[in-house]
Amino acid sequence: MANFLDTTVDELVENFEILGDWEERFAYLIELGKKLPPLDESEMVEDNRVHGCQAAVWLKMLPTNDSTFHIHADSDAFIVKGLIAVLLMIYNGKTAEQILADDGTATFAKLGLDRHLSPTRRNGLYSMLSRIKALAAASVAQPA
Amino acid sequence: MNPPAETANLAKRDESVDWTALRDDFPILRETVNGHPLVYLDNAASSQKPQQVIDAVRRYYEHDNANVHRGIHELSNRATEAYEGARQRVADYLNAGSRQEIIFTRGTTEGLNLIANTWALEKLREGDTILLTEMEHHSNLVPWQILANRIGAKLDFIEITGDDGQLDLQWLDEQLARARLLSLTHISNTMGTVNPVAEICARARAAGVVTVVDAAQSAGHAQVDVQAIDCDFLAFSGHKTCGPTGIGVLYGRRELLEAMPPYQGGGEMILKVEYRDSTFNVAPHKFEAGTPNVAGAVGLHAALDYLDAIGREAIYEHDQRLAKRACERLAEIDGIRVFGPAEGRSGVVSFVLPDAHALDLATMADQKGVALRAGHHCNQPLLAKLGVAATARASFYFYNTESEVDRFIEVLHGVRKIFV
Repeated sequence: MANFLDTTVDELVENFEILGDWEERFAYLIELGKKLPPLDESEMVEDNRVHGCQAAVWLKMLPTNDSTFHIHADSDAFIVKGLIAVLLMIYNGKTAEQILADDGTATFAKLGLDRHLSPTRRNGLYSMLSRIKALAAASVAQPA
Repeated sequence: MNPPAETANLAKRDESVDWTALRDDFPILRETVNGHPLVYLDNAASSQKPQQVIDAVRRYYEHDNANVHRGIHELSNRATEAYEGARQRVADYLNAGSRQEIIFTRGTTEGLNLIANTWALEKLREGDTILLTEMEHHSNLVPWQILANRIGAKLDFIEITGDDGQLDLQWLDEQLARARLLSLTHISNTMGTVNPVAEICARARAAGVVTVVDAAQSAGHAQVDVQAIDCDFLAFSGHKTCGPTGIGVLYGRRELLEAMPPYQGGGEMILKVEYRDSTFNVAPHKFEAGTPNVAGAVGLHAALDYLDAIGREAIYEHDQRLAKRACERLAEIDGIRVFGPAEGRSGVVSFVLPDAHALDLATMADQKGVALRAGHHCNQPLLAKLGVAATARASFYFYNTESEVDRFIEVLHGVRKIFV
């Protein structure tokens, strides 16, 4: 279950390179987003809401027995779901220490997403990233 | 300083305006975005600037810049003349009684906050009611919420009828009977509704209610005549009217301005200052503390000249023509929700697609060079009332063309294929 998307970051980068133009890349991102398991409606609450995006975003992290985290997130916009999929490829199934050690910028730079998303959208992406980091940091500071 | 008579003459030449040729005045419209020619349809957020405005600002800094109202030297005189000349130009543009009724601000938002923090803060009491509408931009809602919380005033709202975005005026007289202040938008930035502000202000006046009109979406797009509307205050922004950012206008009826306390304290707004007390300058200077945005005022002057040379009626009709074309083409899409009135709307068209989020659409349209807006448009309570989280919005201006409307629709259909 560690990678239900069946795609690794390396494969994603490779696929992005094959798909020359950005329209196709976004379409691909949207397809990835469609594979995301939806969040239960009972979890779409203010506590899980991530602000700073023009679409609605919810995100929660569940600790597992082997001290890694499962990340669950959802949005009402397909492109945001695609971005969530990318975040999951980087951070899902990792320990808090691993999450905190990787700021994700290298991956986003490789994908060109840092440059091609509008500032507001990028804020959405970085808001989600910040939430993942904050939740990881909180678990280290106060072990469950 | 164009006299109003000239404006009226120019406005009659609608049929003869070469709209496509006007595009040459806007350097930014030659930009390409993501490899495609820019199709700029976010005019309700901010308009583009013609070369004439850019040149006026540049010329001011190259030749006339100095502080205003203070110096004896030549440049200070030139800067003061340019600044006060712009004030007179705005007075003419709005058909205000005099330039003393024109206060320069940073924009509509500051104008509305100024009223809330001066007239309203002094005159309103605990339990008084401020009447707004359900379609107000956050800038004509939040300042009143802050004030109401501070003094214990109440807010009341003229409701909207539904997706068609009309104000439900059947209870207006009862609502006015309970209110002290009415603040409403002339044109909705989300629905494109053109509100009958003159009629509403007349009824408010009869009820002794002070009126504020948010003209952010109308001042650059239609005739806005403060005497015809007969409002007490009216605010607009330079950047939505082909002018620079950071300059705006608040019109205030003279007798109200003179009785109002100052807004911010500082230089320019005083007559005499002692260590423990000051006497204040007269309106409008009383409300313009500190060195003003002179270059912005100069640019705004050039922008208003530019708009009047085309003619505001002609601009209004052009906006409506494009919006009508867009609405007709959008209506062909099964399951789409288009907001705003079927007839008599401005150039603002908001909609929700059945299959793609507004954010998805705006992102993909941007890949094709089409600039749309997606989100809540600073209208969160309105969207909540309509039951939508976000809408996509295309907003047109006189430099947009029929072929750009068609391009927008073509791109929209292309984008939908990805999501279906």
